[in-house]
Amino acid sequence: MPTSLLQPEFRVDIDYNKCHKCGRCVQQCGWGVYNFNERPIPDDSKCRACHRCVTYCPAHCITIRKNDLALRENANWTAGLRKAVWRQAETGGVMLTGMGNDKPYLNIFDHLVLDACQVTNPSIDPLREPMELRTYLGRKPDSVEVVPDGNGGVRLAEGAGIANNIKLDTPLIFSPMSYGSVSLNVHKSLAMAAERCGILMNTGEGGLHADLYPYQDHVIVQVASGRFGVNPEYLQRGAAIEIKVGQGAKPGIGGHLPGEKINKEVSTTRMIPQGSDAISPAPHHDIYSIEDLRQLIYSLKEASGYKPVGVKIAAVHNVAAIASGIVRAGADYVYLDGFKGGTGAAPQVIRDHIGIPIEIAIAVVDQRLRDEGIRNQASIVAAGSIRSSADMAKALALGADVVAIGSAALMALGCHMCQGCHTGCCSWGLTTQKPELTRRVDPEWGAERLTNLVHAWSHELQEILGALGVNAVESLRGSRERLRAIGLDAQTCEIIGVKPAGM
Amino acid sequence: MTTMTIKGPIEGYLQMEPSVSVEGDVATIDCQSIYYKYVNEAVRRCFADGVKTVKLINVNGQRYIGTGIKGKDLRIEVHGTPGQDMAMLMDGPTVEVYGNAQDGVGNTMNAGTVIVHGSAGDVLGYGMRGGRVFIKGDVGYRVGIHMKAYEDLRPIMVCGGKARDFFGEYMAGGLLVLLGMESRLEGPLVGGYVGTGMHGGEIVLRGEVEPWQVGKECGIFTATEEEMAALRPLLDEYCSAVGFDVDEVMSVPFTRLVPISHRPYGKLYTYL
Ligand code: SF4
Ligand code: SF4
Repeated sequence: MPTSLLQPEFRVDIDYNKCHKCGRCVQQCGWGVYNFNERPIPDDSKCRACHRCVTYCPAHCITIRKNDLALRENANWTAGLRKAVWRQAETGGVMLTGMGNDKPYLNIFDHLVLDACQVTNPSIDPLREPMELRTYLGRKPDSVEVVPDGNGGVRLAEGAGIANNIKLDTPLIFSPMSYGSVSLNVHKSLAMAAERCGILMNTGEGGLHADLYPYQDHVIVQVASGRFGVNPEYLQRGAAIEIKVGQGAKPGIGGHLPGEKINKEVSTTRMIPQGSDAISPAPHHDIYSIEDLRQLIYSLKEASGYKPVGVKIAAVHNVAAIASGIVRAGADYVYLDGFKGGTGAAPQVIRDHIGIPIEIAIAVVDQRLRDEGIRNQASIVAAGSIRSSADMAKALALGADVVAIGSAALMALGCHMCQGCHTGCCSWGLTTQKPELTRRVDPEWGAERLTNLVHAWSHELQEILGALGVNAVESLRGSRERLRAIGLDAQTCEIIGVKPAGM
Repeated sequence: MTTMTIKGPIEGYLQMEPSVSVEGDVATIDCQSIYYKYVNEAVRRCFADGVKTVKLINVNGQRYIGTGIKGKDLRIEVHGTPGQDMAMLMDGPTVEVYGNAQDGVGNTMNAGTVIVHGSAGDVLGYGMRGGRVFIKGDVGYRVGIHMKAYEDLRPIMVCGGKARDFFGEYMAGGLLVLLGMESRLEGPLVGGYVGTGMHGGEIVLRGEVEPWQVGKECGIFTATEEEMAALRPLLDEYCSAVGFDVDEVMSVPFTRLVPISHRPYGKLYTYL
């Protein structure tokens, strides 16, 4: 019997007439596809279609195509399902994967359209008129106190308002990705870009490396169930603290960084031994209830000198009630992560089948908090496959205060969505700790690309706001009247509070 | 124009500054019915002003005592019953409780010493990375979960009574000791799921456990003479802190639980 029934997913074709025999593909591939024997000889079975070799081949002579070995068509038993059965029959293992849910679920963002001004109210040109994107992340007061300004008017009283909020220049932040799951150079790129853009990056649960201390005012420090790298100093350094309860790609399960990824630096940053697995238990064992969550929120505030504390959860069925509890527990923001959110590694069955879309989560949480009169008490951060400024604008209109991007940020750094992050061999040097790969990302280069992306999306958001005839992102926030649905069923429209187009 | 807002009580505690009296480098704070935030602010202020020992009297349920406090030579005495998450994220000081403690003692603690002359609740030493926690009496559920060690930081917790389920679950480093000397709990020395998911550190129990009580990730051994000898200095220290006779403690064979692998889930996964 063959050792495996699985045939290669891709074919690596080299046009040897054009090939310079330079060997660059051999050196570039993180998965070890190429051998060199007078010319590069690919092993198709190792290829993940990350296109690193293609991008770096000076002769443009590499083509990666789907292995079109025809399996008999079967819409029910897809090729992916058949292959998983074969692999599991060989190994008895849990199927592991990286990045976000790749199944063709309905994408609600793609069924929402935005409004624009025509005739009866003027649109605004953001190139010539001020267009405010500034956003404050955190708890807003129930009422504002004002004092006379001496000129017959009033101004905000000292200490009233938003003193404990974090100012963002644009309603877009980087989502948590731990040092360990991504490389230090990725973390540096994110931190430098966050500083330049006036936004935030997020450590994820892997601690804060000393090289990031200069950027700490632009860093959210995360506290997850494994408590890696968490000590008073870490909490005091962050601009805000985030309790990670769940992640959209793997709601309800813990994290697990394999021992191979725990080298000296990762071990120092996480404060754990080298080479042994870093296991994050599924729940925080000191949070079994909303009361316990409140206890943790306030203990972190006590230990940090009353920094803002947010709580990140995966969007699940009861998300509105859970978010309400989180806000009542004292969180300064609720971070909602939809079921298409990315991950460095997750069991495929969890990634692809658990959780709900972020669009629905934003709408129902925003509505619930409004209905209960506590919407001002916490900001809503939305993530889980924000793919463009259009998704960002729609998320804001549905009720989010800020969106967070992870996959898009990695793509800015070269990621090609090959879904091989869990292997630790990322050819683009992102989700790996191998020094020969991580050095491929120059933080200065990375920061520039990320900054470009944030600026580009921010400009596009300004264009959208201009078309809507408003001059501040505040006016779009939660304004579902400016959205219409195309091709969504009546019940979904009702749930997300959006009228069908034409109404 | 400034308006003084007088804040109402929270859960029966008063939102006001406690009375503080200082003699030399010892401060006494009367915590009677004072909201925890004001108590802890007063403690931090005392230490910032150069006080070395803070005595908290009439403590009754105030949370977060000693939480996040740094400094090796600092000492907090708690007279009464402290509330949840005492000495959480603490980094250096000594906290001694003359009474019982509640849940979350030494949560994510980094360094320092906690001594409780009584029993304590659930989730003690969760994610603890360094320092010592000595409890004289019984402890509850989920004690010592995910204790971890790092370089010269090695957390140690010794509990003098019995413990409930999930003792040392997910343990990644450090030393967790259970003695069963004085107990008000019915049933065996420890509940089920001891050391489940353990991948580092060791658990030492005075007496025996049944295999069903112990996670499949642990190996169960009787402590050797050398291991007992190595344990003696710690038990000496513990016994003199809480008032047990070390020879009596060591008169019974001990059981050691250690993980079989540092990579318990290394072979769990496959992928395409
Ligand atoms: S990188 Fe391109 S040109 Fe160079 S050896 Fe590989 S296939 Fe040939
Ligand atoms: S980060 Fe790297 S391994 Fe992960 S999907 Fe992107 S290119 Fe592939």
